This record gives sequence, structure tokens and C-alpha cells, in this order.
Amino acid sequence: MHKLFKSIAVAAAAALTLTACSSGGAAPSAPNTSAPASSSAPAIKVGMAYDVGGRGDQSFNDSAATGLDKAKAEFGIDAKESAATAGEAESAKEERLNQLIDAGYNNIVAVGFAYANAVKKVAAENPKVKFAIVDDSSITADNVMNLTFAANQGSFLVGAAAALTTKTKHVGFVGGVETDLIRAFEAGFDAGVKAVDPSIKIDSKYLTQPPDFSGFASVDKGKAAAEGMYQSGADVVYHAAGGSGGGVFTAAKAAGKWAIGVDADQAKTAAEDVRDVILTSMIKRVDVGVYTFVKSIHDGTFKGGTTLFDLKAEGVGYSTTGDHLSADTISKIDDFKQQIIDGKITVPEK
Amino acid sequence: MRLDARRIGLGVAAPVLAIAVALLLTTVILLIAGDPVLAVWQVLFRAPLPRQIVAIINEATVLYLSAVAVAIGFKMNLFNIGVDGQYRVASFAAAVFAGAHWLPGWLNIIVAIIVAMCTGALWALIAGLLKVTRGVSEVIGTIMLNYIATYLVAYLLRLAAVKVEGSNATSTQILAEDSRVPGISLEWLIGTPKEIYGLAVLAIVVGIVYWFVLSKTRFGFDLRATGASETAAVASGVNVKKMIVASMVLSGAAAGLVGMPLLFGQDYAYGDTVQAGLGFAGMSVALLGRNHPVGMAFAAVLWGYLNQLSNGLQISAGVSDRLVLIIQGIIVLSVVIAYEVVRRARLRLEQGRVAKELAAQPRQDAAEEVAA
Repeated sequence: MHKLFKSIAVAAAAALTLTACSSGGAAPSAPNTSAPASSSAPAIKVGMAYDVGGRGDQSFNDSAATGLDKAKAEFGIDAKESAATAGEAESAKEERLNQLIDAGYNNIVAVGFAYANAVKKVAAENPKVKFAIVDDSSITADNVMNLTFAANQGSFLVGAAAALTTKTKHVGFVGGVETDLIRAFEAGFDAGVKAVDPSIKIDSKYLTQPPDFSGFASVDKGKAAAEGMYQSGADVVYHAAGGSGGGVFTAAKAAGKWAIGVDADQAKTAAEDVRDVILTSMIKRVDVGVYTFVKSIHDGTFKGGTTLFDLKAEGVGYSTTGDHLSADTISKIDDFKQQIIDGKITVPEK
Repeated sequence: MRLDARRIGLGVAAPVLAIAVALLLTTVILLIAGDPVLAVWQVLFRAPLPRQIVAIINEATVLYLSAVAVAIGFKMNLFNIGVDGQYRVASFAAAVFAGAHWLPGWLNIIVAIIVAMCTGALWALIAGLLKVTRGVSEVIGTIMLNYIATYLVAYLLRLAAVKVEGSNATSTQILAEDSRVPGISLEWLIGTPKEIYGLAVLAIVVGIVYWFVLSKTRFGFDLRATGASETAAVASGVNVKKMIVASMVLSGAAAGLVGMPLLFGQDYAYGDTVQAGLGFAGMSVALLGRNHPVGMAFAAVLWGYLNQLSNGLQISAGVSDRLVLIIQGIIVLSVVIAYEVVRRARLRLEQGRVAKELAAQPRQDAAEEVAA
């Protein structure tokens, strides 16, 4: 009897799947018509594929979103946005890009290196669609613009800011996921701290290990890691943890100590009650990258290949929102900045 | 006969009830959130495109392997939460082995798959041994081993990593062309250049072996008997400790296969962008499929279908794709509850029937009345 039950369960599950298919077939399915589109001049259609966290992470993805919003205001583009889920299949990434293309969004921005393989495949299948991918230069195709950032250089500057601010001679670094990309943030930060004072102690903690990418979207883990560092004596903690950074700020607020933001100017984007603990932010101008891509399409100057956004190109930098850095500190940081631009200091990548 | 018809009705009731409840609750959630209900169901009940059909089958393949691994434990009331760690350790080992290209072509693939099974089995064996020798609950043991697996693989991956210029992803040596399993084309059938993983065959084989071993062998009988009643199994001469270790090892070996279609048919390396969380998804699929070889296949397809179509939620309906996670969660919960409700209803019915028959026994004519 028990067996019968099971087989019936199976049949019902099958029925669900089948009805799901058939009812869709009956409906006049035309995904393209749902988009508003063509009223006057054909607007540029941009599809955004965000990384885990999506718009609203107050950090990496939001920085990309800022660039999109700017382009929207300036060029009146039509944009569609979609975000990755932690633990999704590789095919889900390809499917996301394909669905954007199906819906008529023939300029695609893939935010994050996790899209590398998906962009490689989909770009080859759709040679007329233009792509931009952030943080990856491993794909080379005529229809792919690679937007890369010298995050290590920007991290060097906030490392110097942390070293010039700490009173306990003890600072911390919270990384989202231990990938090469985030290790470059840490390497730059460490170098910046040591350039000011080699005796400063640096705590380091990564929230998750790949392939678990939830470390970019776990406020609780960010909070716990930062709390530990503040309790053990650190008084400035730099995070490169995307959406988890919100937890670092909460911990800083509770401990009455400093935190350093990342990617966006977080003293402007973070939750309002924690903005006053953000000493500075390492700004990675993903927004400039995204804007540059859309502008190139608008101007008809799009060209595939890698563009490096470094200190010289003002693709990375630090913020002074909130006026927490003294004039003396700022002049010292700017001095480092000039030395990096002039090539007198080479910032390590790992 | 009449009672049987009633039982069939009850059997259909459970899954139908579960799915209806899931749809209803999701609709309520959508209404509360102020989302377009109609647009959401239109996206989710749309016929999948050919390329999506391929993606659904591919995802179902991997989920099915994971579900079987979980089900082997479930059948014996062993909760192998560690499939997640087992498949990652195993995939990594297989990727490193295959990436070294010691053996030519197909031989390399076959031996690498065996390496994966052995690694998965060994990883699960630790939890099995801890349980029989030290009484450590397999739930705790496997969860802890998942953490160890994550950090161990992350550490070893850095040692084994091969740098690809310009990429921010870390991965093992990429497999040579002759060590990849070619995909199965469905171009002739549904007209899409996308291919099904060649190792989808593996899932079918594993499903058949699972069915055969469980229902046609002495070992399978012992396993099910131990799961149904440990004391009864002991009384009939089953060595329970041996069964625990054996089923953990088998479960781990099956878990080792989970990553194989991905490794040989898609990623060609183990890297930090490898798909995570398949072990947990497999638990949902096994639960929904009631550990039945065919039931789990349907459940895996349903899961793959929901996952693949969830992308359209954001793009066509403007609703977060997390909604699908909510739907999946509600389906699993509803299934569990619905089966319990129906089980109790069936129990009551049966008790009623037995009571009636007992009462009717002394008076034959009355019994005949009931039968009529």
C-alpha cells in the first residue's frame, strides 16, 4: 500500500510538471512584447546581470547600478536588471544572459567575474550583442569589453588611512569570499598599512570559502567577524565583503570604532544610522566602467578588449565624505597616491 | 474494492494538496508583497524553450544523483547531511586526478569517476565510523565534515590552482579535449545547439542500480528492514552496525558522482565558481520524491524546471527570483505535512474498517451488508 502512495505522489508531481508545460504552450507566449520600448527613437536597451546580492547591496552591485542610473538619466536608455542567486547552476547564468537577449536587451553588462564562462559562451553565440564584464579579462572577443579595476591600489590608500588613524596600532580586514580578487584587496591594504608603520598588527578574516559565495551577502557573518576584531583590540576594520559590510558597520557602531567601506562611497550608501562610523571608503568605480560601456554604445565607439581602471584613470580611489580624515592624513594619503601613479610604489596584488 | 478506490483517492490527495497549498500560499505572499500575481504564474507556467529544456534536464541530472545519495541514507533512517561536502571533496579529487592526465582519454575519465566515488565514500565513512564506534549522531558528524570539506578543499585548491591570465577565478588544471565527455545533442528533436551532459547516462544507471539493490537484493531488504524497525532487524539477524557503515559508504560513493557531469561536461575543472549547495538541494528532491527512484526523477525535473524558469521572474515579471526559493520551500513543507495528514486519515479509515469487521464477525449477514 505504501508503494502505491509513492507512485501516486510521483504521478501527481509529473502531472504538475506537464500542466506547467501545456498551459504555457496554450498561452500566446511572446516574451518580447512585454517590454514597453519604441515610442520615439529606439532607446538603447541595456540588460544588467548582477552578481550575488544584486541591486541594494550598498556596495559592489550598487556601484554598477549607479553607473546604470547615470547612463539612464543621460541617454534615456531602457534597462532591465536581474541578479544571481548563491549556489545557482552555471546554466542559470547563461540562461539569465539569454533571457535578457531574448527580451531585446542587446547590450549586456555582466557584473562580476563569476559570469566569465557564461559571457564567453553567450557572446560567441550572439556576435551582434555587445557585452561588458566586470573584473575579468580572461575572455577576449570583439563583442566583449572587459572592465578591470586596480582595487589593490585603492586598498593601499585606505590601508594608509587606517594606519594613520589607529590608536591601538591594530587594524583588521574582513574579506567576503577568499578568491584571488578579494586577496588583492587585502594585499593592497596590508601594503598601505605597512608603508605607514610596519609594526601595526593586522587581523584578517574571510567570511566564506569558495564555492560558497554567500560571504558577499551575509550581514550576520560580517558582524561576527568585525566584532571579534574590535574585541581583540582593533580600532579600524576595512571590509571587502559586498553586502556583508553592513554587518561590519553595525559592529563598528556598537563598539564605537571605525570601519572602512568598499566599492561605493559607503558613507553615502550605507544605512543612515551607521554612516558616521565609516572613516573612508575604497572606491572602485564600477559605475564609471558601466557608464563608459553605455556611453560607448551611445556614441557608437564600442570596442572589445580590456580597459584597466586604476588610480591614474581615477577608476579607484578613496572618499572623504563625513570629514573624518584630518587634513594632515589626507595630504599623506595623497602623497602615496602620487607615488603610486608615478610608479615609485608598486602595490602588490597578492 | 470500494476501500481501495478510497485509498487511491487519498494517495492522489497528498501531492495534489501539497502543490495546491504551495500555489495558494505563494499567491498570498505575492498579494501581500503587491507583486503581479498573474505575470508570475505566466512566467512560471510558460512552456520551456528548447535551450531551457536542455538546461532543465542537465540540472535534473545532477540533482537526481544528489537525491539518490541522500535517499540511500534516508531509507535506513540515516540522515546523511554530508552529501554536500562529499560531492565537493570528490569532485575536487577527480578534477585533480583527471587534470594530471596520467591516463589517456576514456580511461582517464573512468578512473577519475572511480576516484570520485572512493573519495566520497571515504569522506562518508568517517561519519559512519564515528557513529558506530563512538555513537556520534551522523547528522552532527556529517555537518561538521561539511565544514571541514569546505576549508580543506579551499586550502588544497590554492595549492593545485593553475592561473588563467586575466581571470579572477581559481581552478584546477583544465581537462584536455580527450578527457571530456561529449554532450548528447537534441538538435534533431527540439532544435537547439545546447547539449545534454553525456554523463546524464550515469544518472539513469545509478537510478536503476538504486532500484535494483533496494528492492531485489538481500542487502536492500536488510537496509529497508533496518530503516523500518531496528529492533526487528536485529531480531532477524541483521548486523545493524555493518549496515550503517555500508549505507554511509554507498551514500558517499553516490555523492561522489554528483559533480561528475559538471566536471566532464561543463566546467572541465574544479574551481571557486563550481556550483555549491547541490547536496542540500538533493535532500529536498529526495524528500519530495519520497526516496522512490522514479519519484525522485520527477522531483528533480520539477526542481530544475523551477530553477531555470526563475530567471524570467526578474526579467519578464519584475519579481525577485528568490520567489522560487519560497515556492520550493513551501512545496517541501506542504508535502511533508500533506503526507502526514493523509497517513493519519488512512489510519483512521483502516481502524474504522477493522473495527467494523470485528463487530460484524459474529453476525455474518451484517457483514455481507457492509460488503455490499
